[in-house]
Amino acid sequence: MPLITVDGLKPDPFVTLADDAALPEESGAIVSLARFRKDREALLSRNAPIGVRLKAEESPEQLGEDVHRLSVVALEFPKFRDGRAFSWARQLRTRLGFAGEVRAVGDFLYDQIAHQRRVGFDAWEITEGFSETQFRRALGEITNVYQPSADGRKTIRDLRVSSPT
Amino acid sequence: MYRYDEFDARFVAERVAQFRYQVERRLSGELTEDKFKPLRLLNGLYLQLHAYMLRVAVPYGTLASRQLRKLAHIARKYDKGFGHFTTRTNIQYNWIKLVDVPDILAELAEVEMHCIQTSGNCIRNVTADQFAGATPDEIEDPRPLAEIIRQWSSLHPEFVFLARKFKIAVGATPEDRAALQYHDMAVEIVRDGEGRVGYKVTAGGGMGRTPYLAQVMSDFVAREDILAYLEAVLRVYNQDSRRDNIHKQRIKILVNAIGVEEMRARVAREFEEIKRMGTLQLPAQELDRIAAYFAPPAFEALPDAMPTGDLDFENWKRTNVHPHRAPGYAIATISLKAIGQVPGDASAGQMEALADLMDEYAIPEIRVSHEQNLVLPHVRQKDLPAIFARLQDLDLATPNSGLITDIIACPGLDYCDLANARSIPVAQAIAKRFAGLERQHDIGELKIKISGCINACGHHHAGHIGILGVDKKGVEYYQLLLGGSGAEDAAIGQIMGPGFGEHEIADAVERVVNFYLKERSPGERFLDTYRRIGMEPFKNIAYQEQMNAAYNG
Repeated sequence: MPLITVDGLKPDPFVTLADDAALPEESGAIVSLARFRKDREALLSRNAPIGVRLKAEESPEQLGEDVHRLSVVALEFPKFRDGRAFSWARQLRTRLGFAGEVRAVGDFLYDQIAHQRRVGFDAWEITEGFSETQFRRALGEITNVYQPSADGRKTIRDLRVSSPT
Repeated sequence: MYRYDEFDARFVAERVAQFRYQVERRLSGELTEDKFKPLRLLNGLYLQLHAYMLRVAVPYGTLASRQLRKLAHIARKYDKGFGHFTTRTNIQYNWIKLVDVPDILAELAEVEMHCIQTSGNCIRNVTADQFAGATPDEIEDPRPLAEIIRQWSSLHPEFVFLARKFKIAVGATPEDRAALQYHDMAVEIVRDGEGRVGYKVTAGGGMGRTPYLAQVMSDFVAREDILAYLEAVLRVYNQDSRRDNIHKQRIKILVNAIGVEEMRARVAREFEEIKRMGTLQLPAQELDRIAAYFAPPAFEALPDAMPTGDLDFENWKRTNVHPHRAPGYAIATISLKAIGQVPGDASAGQMEALADLMDEYAIPEIRVSHEQNLVLPHVRQKDLPAIFARLQDLDLATPNSGLITDIIACPGLDYCDLANARSIPVAQAIAKRFAGLERQHDIGELKIKISGCINACGHHHAGHIGILGVDKKGVEYYQLLLGGSGAEDAAIGQIMGPGFGEHEIADAVERVVNFYLKERSPGERFLDTYRRIGMEPFKNIAYQEQMNAAYNG
């Protein structure tokens, strides 16, 4: 599945593994929380980056301190109406201080990308044909924001204070 | 009142462009109805029985005359010449074409209005006391905080796809006119023992299939912490609410499933963390800056001198004119419940004439109440007779505020896709039955609230007498509920028993009311009598006809 980040379209350096699939030799792998728990030692001692894919009902806090040894946390949108991952991403960034990639996977809409960016997502698994132009447009539809989030953007209140009027 | 600055104006304009693009994608077929639905709902657009319905936000129910004029214009140009004021103090139009919606939004933006988050599973339009800033008994005007909440909640990236809708109200008086205890979350402006102003926060109230009154989350949140606290409640709700059963996804279900203690503990943990980060702290300057927009108009130095007039005027004064904080001024309720009318409806002509009247009598704003009436908050007492005469000409002078014919009703099966039964004809039939003013005064305060389905948009749980329309094998039936209240003495009405037919319900209500008149002790409202003697005697009376019919074979 194509991947887009704030830097643009790029090949996905990770493979997402089914729970019963064999680990690849070299490349990075993204596994479920269940598999991560089961094969934790082996996964962390490999000489390749590792990621975990969390279901909508799985809080990133369940990763404990291991979160900082991960390169990717993929948060799943089982259907676009299920907005729990917005809070999980925010939690990863602000409570847990996770500095790796937070990836949106599953069923999400063009119209959710800007919100996802704000709460801390920085990579998206997109459908074939989704263009970088669309991606840039989605991020740019609303210029200013009213509330602080994980993106550290200045809010409208900050801008008011610094604006000359 | 609040005025947009360059940032608000740009935000709303960009939101209009964003929605225009969403509509384009829908019309071109790029978006399926399934994917378009949550997007249009986030902008107040419903697909109803006959057409699209567009709901326009009226934040904390406050409108300037130029805004009311624009609403009239939209009713005329894009709808059938009227609008419907709702129990969330919004206005909705029932006959809208999808292709027109982006243009309507652009017209609304011209007068600093929008439809953002008037539906969908997000934080909805914030409501407040319709007497805010005018009533003598408030600690401070609740609208500055409501405006701060409006801005904070506008496209809040974390809370646009909640498990269900989320309604917030703000109050500041001992007398609750905003139904705080029936809200997902409510903020009451209070003073602590040392006289400091702060906020009591409640959560978990709601109507619908499983009604609950709200529970106290915190007795006192400091002013600078309030957004941090509200965000904490929302975050717990977003993370922990069920998502597997649409009927069990409101915050009331979460609070009651895990218990209020556990809810408070979870909120406290998030709250401490948000507070530590500091980015949501509300500086006093910011509160003051917003509050300045809501400074009361410069009241003239006038003596308290309530004019007297003919019987019609005196009757109107008795129920529709209320005390004001400034000497020589009054608050006036404009009833949208003329006998036989659709509760909450106003025509384009009425709205325009009201806007003119506001300008002429220097009344800077008008309010929408959750009881679906309009309110002139700052009227010189000496102007009341002339204003009353104008309202009479407009058929807006019905003297029934708070009386039995001041009925709340949802649009019901006449318009709504979700409804099981019609609400409007039942409201009309009951209003006609009790049209005599002398009888209404004798009955006194009695709030009837009618919903056409279990979703309770007509607040039937909170009615002294509530009516719920149900569908039984394709026939409309109406259940009676007694003893509810949405005020400071909030209570959930109890269902009496099997429903009444469409032609029986007004009779049943009348029997119940007549029984109250017979049984009441001096000074007792209907609600007081019900609370004293209970359901049983009322039930026996209400079903008398059915029992007689059964007995007589």
